[in-house]
Amino acid sequence: MDYCPHTSDDVAQMQSVIGISSLDELFADIPEKFRLKHIPDIPEALSEPETLSFMSSLSQKNKLPHVTLTGAGAYHHFIPAVVGHIVGRAEIYTAYTPYQAEISQGILQAIYEYQTMIARLTGTEIANASMYDGASATAEAAVLCAKMSNRNKMIVARSVHPEYRQVLRTYCWANGYTVVEVPCAPSGQIDLDALQKKLDDQTAAVIVQSPNVFGVIEDIAPAVDAAHQKGALLVAGFTEGTSMGILKPAGTQGADFVVGEGQSFGNPLNYGGPYLGIFAAKEKYMRRVPGRLVGATVDKNGQRGFVLTLQTREQHIRREKATSNICSNEALCALAAGVYLAALGKNLRKLAELNVYKARYLKNRLLELPGWQDVFSAPFYNEFVLRCPDAGKVNKKLKKEGIVGGYELEKDYPELKNALLFCATEMISKEDMDKVADLVK
Amino acid sequence: MELIFEISKPGRAAAGIPASDVPSINIEQAIGRKYLRDDLDLPELAEIDLVRHYTNLSRRNFGVDLGFYPLGSCTMKYNPKINENVAALPGFTGLHPYADVKSAQGNLHLLYDMQKSLCAIFGMAEFTLQPAAGAHGELTGVMMIKKYFEKKGQKRRIILIPDAAHGTNPASSALCGFEIRELKSNGEGGVDIEHLESLMTEDVAALMLTNPNTLGLFERNIEKVAAIVHGKGGLLYGDGANANAFLGKARPGDLGFDVIQLNLHKTFSTPHGGGGPGSGPVGVSNALVDFLPVPRVVRKDDKFKWSEKFPDSIGRVRAFYGNFNVIVKAYTYIRSLGAEGLKHATEMAVLNANYIKERLKPYFDLPYDRICMHECVFSGNRQVAQSSVHTSDIAKKLIDYGYHPPTIYFPLIVHEAIMIEPTETESKETLDTFCDAMIAIANEAKENPDGVKNAPVTTPVSRLDEVLAARKPDVCWKKS
Repeated sequence: MDYCPHTSDDVAQMQSVIGISSLDELFADIPEKFRLKHIPDIPEALSEPETLSFMSSLSQKNKLPHVTLTGAGAYHHFIPAVVGHIVGRAEIYTAYTPYQAEISQGILQAIYEYQTMIARLTGTEIANASMYDGASATAEAAVLCAKMSNRNKMIVARSVHPEYRQVLRTYCWANGYTVVEVPCAPSGQIDLDALQKKLDDQTAAVIVQSPNVFGVIEDIAPAVDAAHQKGALLVAGFTEGTSMGILKPAGTQGADFVVGEGQSFGNPLNYGGPYLGIFAAKEKYMRRVPGRLVGATVDKNGQRGFVLTLQTREQHIRREKATSNICSNEALCALAAGVYLAALGKNLRKLAELNVYKARYLKNRLLELPGWQDVFSAPFYNEFVLRCPDAGKVNKKLKKEGIVGGYELEKDYPELKNALLFCATEMISKEDMDKVADLVK
Repeated sequence: MELIFEISKPGRAAAGIPASDVPSINIEQAIGRKYLRDDLDLPELAEIDLVRHYTNLSRRNFGVDLGFYPLGSCTMKYNPKINENVAALPGFTGLHPYADVKSAQGNLHLLYDMQKSLCAIFGMAEFTLQPAAGAHGELTGVMMIKKYFEKKGQKRRIILIPDAAHGTNPASSALCGFEIRELKSNGEGGVDIEHLESLMTEDVAALMLTNPNTLGLFERNIEKVAAIVHGKGGLLYGDGANANAFLGKARPGDLGFDVIQLNLHKTFSTPHGGGGPGSGPVGVSNALVDFLPVPRVVRKDDKFKWSEKFPDSIGRVRAFYGNFNVIVKAYTYIRSLGAEGLKHATEMAVLNANYIKERLKPYFDLPYDRICMHECVFSGNRQVAQSSVHTSDIAKKLIDYGYHPPTIYFPLIVHEAIMIEPTETESKETLDTFCDAMIAIANEAKENPDGVKNAPVTTPVSRLDEVLAARKPDVCWKKS
């Protein structure tokens, strides 16, 4: 299969128009010593049925679990059927970035609506068209804070997802910024005293997450005050988007930027990607935010329409002076998120409540077991941390039954030995949770 | 068309929530009033209205499945449907990124084989699949270059970038703290060797080169360019946006490139989704393997696992492992085409670009008249001089003929640039009717310029006021 429609007659006619007698002449600019005859080590072509059969057998080498109790940055939620049908519309999924607005009103309007929904959800004034993922969105927000303030130090809560902190470190190293971590209090929330001590006049940004990687809900307002008192900005992240169905958004608590992972909104787990980075901010940063922004305007006849706007922020205009290098984002994932949020509407609150019920039930069941203890005291959403007698053994038992157990935090937090981070979404039934409790006792 | 907020009506919802099978609890008590939100202002619609809204939006959009999309530098080839079916297999979509590696052997095997395939196609020592898009890959590549010199104890602060380069090149370099020096193009659109020699000092970390460049022209002096850069201890970075021009014909690794980033959503046929998701793998030569992002998939006998044990790595550039589901589609494409199919695709892509170039040459200025690779770049200068019809007008008129316009006003070194990349998946008939349309527009520009300047007239909206959009930005809807 190569999807090329030319017949040999077509090729001959085209060669004669071009004035060549063989296709090789088209490649004459490649110095002869570098010309390749054949790509080594790539197997022969497969027909469509062979391709499907080969790839199916590869997919079946994966073992899909019956139940997933791990969240930790990627969440198993139900996706209403409408989402898949709409993102499958070829007019949109086979389109490029909407550079030609007149024939791209579909995706432009859908993204404008997405931006509006995200701003409302996060309690901010503006949102962009998406970033690569939650981690890179967080890192880009931090880098932007440093660029705007000419300061070079980042303070990040240690309860921010470990991979997000790693990405932050990579971006900050490349820019010459330092990253300082602040521990969490016994509650699981950021230690505000420790934060105060580390804040200084070189601090560009304070980065917290709510819910944080332990599932704990942070008190954003005092962290905002602490940061602002020293002239630093506050970047509020989140691990799990559906929590915003009930939680007070960070934007209304004064956060300058609200960034996080939008996968929970209608995007499958997909082994880690593609997901979408949500990036929302106060209006005063609009001319500095990275990435695409869709704006409303009018056409020659005064009719409403949409365009990519404020492009003087971007790399194709500003080159090395751009606010970011981002070009492609995750538009189709953002479309899925928009459709998902519109499909749920106010039911997002009910969904979030259901997640709270499920997580409380699982936690209570597990706490009944001998030797299991609660680790953090602050309120949580749909994830929580428990210490158990032997975390490895627990997960091994669960795995035998096709259950992905809790996330073993010791890898990232040596002090949290035998601590497991569990997640219970609406996809977990009472029966599943009872079975889990039975299995690990 | 109405906004989704304007058709919302309180009390409706498309998606229901199942009843709880566990005891419900008082949320205020469980979480605390101060942590809870009051309002939740999302649209409220019945499922049918939701479906009609988005279906009607999709009808106001143009994709490859609707027609010819010769957007230069973006390689808008056909996106084979089998790739979508494969990527939708539950075994690929359903796995959590933290599923233990024993349960994810299919995914790890696929990622490992994809890396090996890209190494074979591009002649590189190793690949990372972690970056989410081309520009993200560039950033990753430049970070590795930075780390390479840090490790050597050298402080090189400059990156050379040709004047014809994509804007992401300087932007990615600047995000890594490098200073940019612009390298001039010579009279035939290639690297100005003398200028390169004068700029290339031991303060230069790398030259970022797109080959073929954004004029669609292959760098004939590539061996010399590589020698000059390497001679001063610098590295040669390849922007692989134009990789569709040389599959099976030449390999960047053989040409002397130390780093190359790809765009799977261009060269390897994955759909671009109206602006993403993409995927931007980065290949490196042996000198840079230690600096690749972690985690890396490693093979031991027939088993695969993730490893972070690479102390010199730049670290992570995103969470998890990359845009996995996009990679599934690209790998499916490679296996469907095989080595010969990939090479044939490149041959047909280059044939198509040269055919368009020959057919349109009499009607539009062609600043660099030589055999091109996968794309050709014209100038609208003649039309501007004749009747003040600009390239943007020609683009808008093409919309009325049913085509997506080419890339315009890029590369910056061509005045009124029209950059046409047909790709290999278009038939001769499609190319001919497109060329006929371009010729008709060239004639109309002469005879009835207003007919071109008023285009498009067939679209749901006419030309939009971009100045207003930027002067009074409205990026989130508010009830008036």
